[in-house]
This record gives sequence, C-alpha cells and structure tokens, in this order.
Amino acid sequence: MKSDIKAGIIVFPGTNCDIDTQRACKFYGWQTEFIWHDEKNLDKYDVIFLPGGFSYGDYIRAGRLAKFSPAVMALKDYVKAKRGFVVGICNGFQVLCETKLLPGILSTNTNTKFICEEVDLCVNHEGFPDTVKFAIAHGEGRYIADEAVLEEIAAKDMIFLRYNDNPNGSALDIAGLYDKANRIIGMMPHPERGVFTETGNTDGRYFFEMLERELNKNLCACKYTACSQGEEY
Amino acid sequence: MQTIELYKALGLTDFEYEEIRKRIGREPNELETYLFSAMWSEHCGYKHSRKYLSLFPSGGAVSHGENAGGVRIGDHVVVFKVESHNHPSAVEPFQGAATGIGGIVRDILAIGARPVALLDSLKFGKITDNFSKHIFDGVVQGISHYGNCIGVPTVAGEVNFDESYGDSPLVNVMCAGVVHKDKIRSARAESGKIVIAVGSHTGRDGIHGASFASKELNENSKEDRPSVQVGDPFIKKVLIEATLEILALDEVQSCQDFGAAGLLSSSSEMAFKGECGIDLHLDKVHLREEGMQPWEIMLSESQERMLFIVEPEAAGKVLDIAAKYDIPASIIGKTTDSGRYRLFWHGEKAADLPPESLAESVKYTLNEQEPEYINQFRNKKLEETTAVEIAIGKIISNPNFASKKWIYRQYDHTVGTRTVLKPGEAGAAGIWLHEENGVVGLTIDSSPRQVFLNPYEGGRVSIWEACRNLISGGFEPMGMTNCLNYGNPEKDEVAYQFIKSVEGLARACKEAGIPVVSGNVSFYNESPQRRVYPTPSIGIVGYMDSPDKAVKSSFKPDETLILIGKDIDNNSNIGGSLYHRALYDFIGGEIDTVDPQLEESLKQIIFNLRDQKLLGGCIDVSEGGLFGAVFEGIKNGNTGFVGSLINISDKEKALFGEITGRYVISTKEFEKTQEILRSKQIPYRKLGYCRDNKLEFDGYTFDPAQLYYLYDRSIDLEMNE
Repeated sequence: MKSDIKAGIIVFPGTNCDIDTQRACKFYGWQTEFIWHDEKNLDKYDVIFLPGGFSYGDYIRAGRLAKFSPAVMALKDYVKAKRGFVVGICNGFQVLCETKLLPGILSTNTNTKFICEEVDLCVNHEGFPDTVKFAIAHGEGRYIADEAVLEEIAAKDMIFLRYNDNPNGSALDIAGLYDKANRIIGMMPHPERGVFTETGNTDGRYFFEMLERELNKNLCACKYTACSQGEEY
Repeated sequence: MQTIELYKALGLTDFEYEEIRKRIGREPNELETYLFSAMWSEHCGYKHSRKYLSLFPSGGAVSHGENAGGVRIGDHVVVFKVESHNHPSAVEPFQGAATGIGGIVRDILAIGARPVALLDSLKFGKITDNFSKHIFDGVVQGISHYGNCIGVPTVAGEVNFDESYGDSPLVNVMCAGVVHKDKIRSARAESGKIVIAVGSHTGRDGIHGASFASKELNENSKEDRPSVQVGDPFIKKVLIEATLEILALDEVQSCQDFGAAGLLSSSSEMAFKGECGIDLHLDKVHLREEGMQPWEIMLSESQERMLFIVEPEAAGKVLDIAAKYDIPASIIGKTTDSGRYRLFWHGEKAADLPPESLAESVKYTLNEQEPEYINQFRNKKLEETTAVEIAIGKIISNPNFASKKWIYRQYDHTVGTRTVLKPGEAGAAGIWLHEENGVVGLTIDSSPRQVFLNPYEGGRVSIWEACRNLISGGFEPMGMTNCLNYGNPEKDEVAYQFIKSVEGLARACKEAGIPVVSGNVSFYNESPQRRVYPTPSIGIVGYMDSPDKAVKSSFKPDETLILIGKDIDNNSNIGGSLYHRALYDFIGGEIDTVDPQLEESLKQIIFNLRDQKLLGGCIDVSEGGLFGAVFEGIKNGNTGFVGSLINISDKEKALFGEITGRYVISTKEFEKTQEILRSKQIPYRKLGYCRDNKLEFDGYTFDPAQLYYLYDRSIDLEMNE
C-alpha cells in the first residue's frame, strides 16, 4: 500500500510519541519524515503532526517553550498559506494552544495526577461511530478557556471530541478541537495508539481514515490546481 | 587527613586496607583511597554476595556479565535487568524513585538497546502508617514523572505493604530493551581508542551514593540526603536518542553508563573487562561547579551521563551528534596498552593502579548456621478464626490484594504502542515485539514471607511464582533477573537468609530451565528497630510467537471454572499466606514446596488448551488463595460465580490458603477440557460457573457489585483521606 500523502512529524527534544505516530502513518502507507525542531520550512508536507511527549521538558507549562522553536514559527506560515493539515496530539495539542493556533489552554488535571487509561469519547464528525475509545496519557489535559472563547468555539462548531466521563475536569468535556477553516486539529487522546489489532484497540483508525479522506481531497485539489497551471502530474 | 585515618572514615576495614596495600605493593595515596572506598563498597564491589551469586546458571543468556543481560528471540535480543534504589527512596521518595529509573534505563541503553518497558517492585510499611503513605505516594509520583517523560511505558509491577518495610521501603525497578543481535555493544574496551563523556555536567551530587547504599538506615539518614541524586527525565529522553544515534556508528566500540560511583566505576570496569589500560584527564571533564577535586569528579553520581570508547577518527562524529541534541560532551582520555588505570590532573599523574585491583574487591564468606528464629516461626500455630463473610471483606480491601489501579493509572502504560497485555489484564504484561511478530511477557514478583520462613524453599517458591505469572498469560519463561534485598549481611541471621535463598533461587532456575541474565544485590535494608523480610524480587521475561496466543486473567459469563494442579487438604502447608498477615498479623508455619514436574505439566496443559481454543481465561493461584483467583477472574470479566470453593473443614484455609502449583482456568467447553485433563493425568476440580451479578458458594451469598467496589476503591480511599 503506497500513498502520495506526505506526513511530517515535528520532533522537539523531549517528544516521545514520534515513533508511534510514524508507525500509524506508515500503516496507511503514507510517506513520513521526522522534522527536527530547528527546521524552517514545512511546505513539502501535506500534513504536519505535533506528537505527544514533553517538548523541551515542558518547563514553565506544557507546550510553553516549543512555541519559540523555528519549526513552530514555520508551522504558522504553513497554516497561513493554507498548505495542509495540522494535527496536534497530547503535547502537540498543548503546543497548538500555547501558540494560539487553537484557542484556550490545557492545565493540570483536577486530581493533580497523571492519568493513563482508555476513555470513551463522543465524536462530532461524520464517518465516526457515536462513541470511540482512545487512550489518554497526560498530567495537564484539563481544557480551559474563558466564557467568550467557549461560546465562540461552540458557535464555530469546533468541538471535535468530548469525554463521556470527564476524567480531568475539562470545560464542556472538551477532549479535542477542530478548526475546519484552518484545518487544525488538536486533541489530548492518542489515536495513534489505536491502530494495530495486536495492541487491542483499533478505534484510532476512524481518525486516520477520516484524515486520509480529507488529505486525498486536498491532494486532488492540489494536482488539479497544478494541472490547470499547465504542469504535468 | 592521613590516608590511614581517611580509609576508616570512608568505611574501609583494616583488613581491606591491608589487602589493598598488598595488591598494589604500597600505600594508596589520598585519591586512590577514595577510589577503593567506592569500588570496594558493597554496592559496587558485591563483596558479601559475589561468592554466592556464581551459583546462578547463566547458560543461554546473551551478554551476561555486561551492564544487562538478555535472551535471544529470532534476530533480536531482549535485554533486561532490575536494580534497587531503596536507600535514596527512603529519604527522598520522589527523586529516589525517579533516579532509580534513570539508572536502570542507562544500563539497558549501554547495551545499545532501545528501552521498551519498565516494571517495578515496591515494598512499603503499612498503608495506614503516615510515613509509609508519604513514601508510597512520593515513589509512585517519582516513577510516574520520570517514566512518563522518557516515553517508556510502565507495564507491570507489584506492591506490598507490610510492617517489615516500615523503616526500609524497597524500590526495585526493572527495564527491558530490544536490540538487533548484531548491534549489541559491550563494556569491553580495547587499547588505542578515545574516551568521551557525553551528558550532563558533573556536579557534587550523589557523591558517596554507593557507600550510602551500603549501610543501615537510621535517624541520621536524612543527613545523607545530599547523597541522593536529582534526575532530569527531559535530559534523559534526549540522552536516550543521542546515545542510540551514537551507538549506530560502527566506530563506536563500547559504552558504559555512569551509575554507582560514576566515572570511576564506568571507566575502571571498561579497562578491567577489556584487559587494557586507560588514561583519564580529569581537568577535561565538563563540570557544573568550580573547585571540584579529582576525587569528587571520580565519585560524582550526577545523573544522565554516558561514557563512550570510540575510534580516534570518529570522535568528531560523536561530538557532532551530542551538539545536535544540545548535550555537552568532552574528550577526557584514551585507552592504552599499559594495563594501568591512570588519572591525571592538569597534566600530573594523580593515581596509577591496576584495573583489577579496583574491579575485583575482596570476597567474604558468610555464616551458614541456621538461625533460631526459623524453628520458632515454623512451629507457630494459628489458633484464631474469622467468619467467612468478614474475612472476605478484609482480604478484598487489603491493599496487598486490592486493585492497583490507583498506581498504574498514574503510569503511561501504552506509550510505544507495544502494550498487548496491560496492567491488571493478565498474570504478566505483554509487549509486542513487532520486529519478530511475537509478544514478550514481563513480570516482577516476590514471595518474601515464604523466604523468611524457609529461605531455601522460599527461594524456589519465588521463582515458580513468577514463572506461573507468565505461564498464565500464555508465555514460555525465557530468562530471569533479580534484585536481592536483605538486611545487614554481617549479621548471621541475614547471612543465612541470603545464602540459602540464593541456593533455592539457583536450583529453581535450573529446574525451570531459565538462565539468570543479570542481577543486583541490596543489603543493609534495616534500622535498629526493623529489618526487611529477605526479599528477592524476581523479574522473568517470557515469549509467545503470536499476539493471538495471549491469555487474559478474566472469566466470561457462562464459562466453567476449573482448578488445575495441587488441591489443598488438611495437611497442606500454607505458611506465609497473605490471609495470616492480613487477618491476624501472623506469620508462621511450614511453607509448601514446589513440585517442578507438576509445574512443567501444568504449563504444557495450559498451552495445549489454549492452542485448541478451549481456554477462556487463566489465573495462577497466589495471594488470596483460591478465592482470590476466582474473585479476580470474575471481576476482570465483569461477571459472577456460582459453585463450590470449600473442600475441607478449615474454611479459611480452603479459601485463602496459599500453596504452589495451581491455576484456575475457565472454559466454555467443559467436557472436552475435562477429557484432555484426564488423558494427561492432570489433577483438577470443577469449581462452578460464571453467572452475572451473583457470587454464591457453599451456602454463602455476596453482592458482587459491593465487593467489586471495595476492591476497586480501597487504595484510592486510603490515599485520598
């Protein structure tokens, strides 16, 4: 299975879900590359992953320091140019919020402890069953934002995942956001841990398959544009 | 200070000092005296244990005698080792436990293996005791913080609360890693190479950590707090990636981590193992603070440092990789053909010793007389009884039996996307070895009460108990590692416990056909008031060739439950059973002895039933006895049970008594299963059926939902008080 999709996975010092994310992408035959945090141009990728981990040690606050890295600066250009998709998982979601590419922030879980378990999530997107089970593994996953922001999120229909049984105290049970206009997805749960039958849970495939559909649309559109400009493909 | 006064202050005995003088043919200078005091400490030198550890069989182990050993699986090697961080955790639980992980991860890394799983064996005083609660909470948080950050899943473990650990908690951490068989690195150095230190700056932390770990804890132990190192998992995570990238270079010959006794122990062992010389220039080591003396640089146990031996032309490549990861690195010396271990300070020779004089400390012979307590405790009889209804409530809510979810929920156990069997799902954890398309089984376990009552037979019990964890999950046991936690070996009682249990462990490993690939010894786990039970923590690694073969410890609705193996009768020896301790604070009586032939045939039958698709779930019967096994299985399967568990007049013994060699299995096809059990002459007893929302046996009726709540919540409630 070979695909034209080119996925870039940003690796900060302290990132630890980079290999897991790569294995999930490869399962779908996508071409993948790791992008070291000092990279300044992301244009060649159709989708950029910000994987889980503890970027730069998560000092000050989770995701806080990563926003100053060259790769994240480049990510802002990537979004501005509407080049492709951005997916932030766990620490990646924290980075997206700290960078203001998504609204709100993620703070310490209400029980002050790290929580690792599989949780039921309600998905607000077509192509998913009513409930999916994804793994969570975080100490700072409590989504918070002020009233106005929460209203805006609801108005723009940005809530992508909600916890059925909120484990960390997130506002509106928010587990993930999807800014469709800018094609940015951020979530605390780990769909990349739910791809292989060998590890028991394959609900993560719903996410990757949704992403693949979206990316293929995008690839077609790109090729079409390229073609209309007279280039061969 | 004169070196004569110095050696005493550093903990060397007159005999040892005399031996040092004899070996080097002169008085050691001040720096050399420091070096010997660290290398000949119990922690580094194993001087009280080495003689006995040679009993362990190592045939079949890969890279035995290195930083960690392993077992071969296809083209890969699973490397594993367990190590203690008891003393640091007793005074500073969070950092103590965290750096314990750091240390064992470096051992695995030094072989060239990527760490893929962590396990831990934890022992604390009673959970109701505030001090023990504080240590427990800190240790779990330390493991959580460190393990989660470095991205290595913590997949299994055991925890035990008993008064005997009240002053000396035990924190044993096991790590497993995977490496291609052709990529294994050794700690052996050859001459003519460059020595490079990579990682954190060397500071004054952890100096004398090795000596600190080699004495009893007392009320002054908190003053030893500066001997506890502080770890940084972020730097460790970066160091892991940098080390693996450096070891991928063909020109890198060997690698050592900086563990106990830091630069001294790592470099002298390299020279000793490689039978070459080494010259180190201590003024070239990158330091965190000014004014550090040579002995401080040599003994520092600052975390997150690795030592590499590389071909001269590749030194630049190593430094470049370190620079990419923003990790400091310095060329600090070279290997030579001089056969001498030499240290230089600003160009002047500061120490000059034969490496073997440091690496091979004295070996002591220990007392083998059976201490009096053994007979006293064996002859003790338990006279009290408790009503079954009350006993069950107490067992289920006892923290040694109750659900450990409060702990493992704080550990990232799925990072790495390899976890096939998660904590609580089966007798052992399962890590997907996708490189070979099989599953590695991992367990860590111990049977300290049994070892206390009968060190030799208890040693055998410990090995087979750990094997049964793997077998119940569907894994063939492959190799063993251990951490031997005892009191002060200079005391006769402890010496006997140590020698006899090591003999028992060694024999059981031979019986089970598994090599001992690595290990660690921790003595002096005692205070003036209390001494820990002799506690060998046993880590065993197993394998199954397909993820489909995994067996869970859960029983499903409408399955039939069968006990296979030994059955309990009025004469069974059940000394050391958890219920004695949990209900009566009692320990005594004879312990059951292992029947290796029966154990082997039980393993075969479990695999046979599994392969014929007749096996539902499987649990080895251990703490909590037959009731405990049935309860766990129906709880995991979210069902209930109707049948009979009591076969003798002593109801508590029938329900909770612990003997070896038995499992509870479940099946949807009882007739076929029974036929196979009969044909293979496996002793068995049909117990009953799984029925949702019911728990009824021998005239007793319980509400399963209520008991499940108690089981799930008791540690939670204790910790959130």
